[in-house]
Amino acid sequence: MMEKSRRSFLKVAGIAAIGLGAAPAMNFAASDSHGTATAVKGKNHEALSAHRWGMVIDTNKLNEEVVESINHACHKAHNVPDFNHEVDEEKFPNTRPVNPNQDIKWIWEEHFKYAFPDKEDEFLAEKFKHLPFLVTCNHCKNAPCVKACPTQATFKREDGIVLMDFHRCIGCRFCMAACPYGSRSFNFRDPRPFIDEVVPEFPTRTKGVVEKCNLCAERLAIGEQPHCVEASEGAIVVGDLEDPESDVRVLLNENYSIRRKQALGTEPSVYYVV
Amino acid sequence: MNKNTIIAGLVIFVAAVLSPIWFNMVTTTQAAPEPELSAKAKAAKKCVLDKFDMRANHMSLLDDWRDSVVRDADRMYTAANGHEFNMSLSTGENSCLGCHEDKEKFCDSCHTYASVTPYCWECHTTPKEIK
Repeated sequence: MMEKSRRSFLKVAGIAAIGLGAAPAMNFAASDSHGTATAVKGKNHEALSAHRWGMVIDTNKLNEEVVESINHACHKAHNVPDFNHEVDEEKFPNTRPVNPNQDIKWIWEEHFKYAFPDKEDEFLAEKFKHLPFLVTCNHCKNAPCVKACPTQATFKREDGIVLMDFHRCIGCRFCMAACPYGSRSFNFRDPRPFIDEVVPEFPTRTKGVVEKCNLCAERLAIGEQPHCVEASEGAIVVGDLEDPESDVRVLLNENYSIRRKQALGTEPSVYYVV
Repeated sequence: MNKNTIIAGLVIFVAAVLSPIWFNMVTTTQAAPEPELSAKAKAAKKCVLDKFDMRANHMSLLDDWRDSVVRDADRMYTAANGHEFNMSLSTGENSCLGCHEDKEKFCDSCHTYASVTPYCWECHTTPKEIK
């Protein structure tokens, strides 16, 4: 009697255990069989693409006004703070006075002798002393900033753009030390009080991250040319350096061009037609 | 004697173990807020994932989106339900905030209740905030 009941108990328990185990397995099989539609990520249909994005700046077409409008277009669209902007005391009370050395720049005007220190010859043509040279991130082929970044916040995208993931930047500024062009700026403070009008299409940055030109990756993704190109009245052309038929390659083929600090071997992707 | 001690001990033990339940019975707690959908979100009916998946996993989804947009330049998300979304928190009509227009009612009400402070808005902007 006793033995029989134990036997039947074990049987029932065994069946119950199978039942318990079967439910998750059934669910798993069921979810697998009807889950044909899965989410897919892809590029925008209108996105512009290249094997290696590059820029050609025709310095002969630049003048003070064009430079000013390029600078303004870029900095406004990317919410780059302007330390000359008067702070709205109501919105941002107790804002410390600025240190002008800590300003943030994505694209700016530079003298020839600073932009091309290795090309400053003894009897350099007079025009170079007055031409406005626009400098920005060179999106180098061998970008030293990418190698220096300990968190891979700065990285090289497949299409050659040297980009920053602001989320990931820890503000160590190794990249700024590594960049031979001074293309990077550090947010020593919250930039928001110094932005005249925040453009909602692009995030601002926060205190403690580095920033720089992103070759308008967000514009290329929607099939539009970078802001500097649009504001430059033909002085700046952006295109695929690897494609011999592209606008930039045609320009480089027809004109003599120089690059900044070539001897360092960083292979900048910004060319200057002089 | 021994039996009574044991029973008394058990009663005290059970009461102590169930103390959170007693506590909730005598005190009133604030109910978890329901995220308030904007008219636009209500009209759209379909979100990126279904409601419960979204509630539980929106943070991982956003993390995934961020890497995809920044690193791979993949900005278009075709959801399992067939709808296309712009993988963006706050830019454009087809982004999260493009539909869920009111950040205070949609994001903040739950985040405040759950005492989480995501730092999205230190950089990302809401169109409302700008005005």
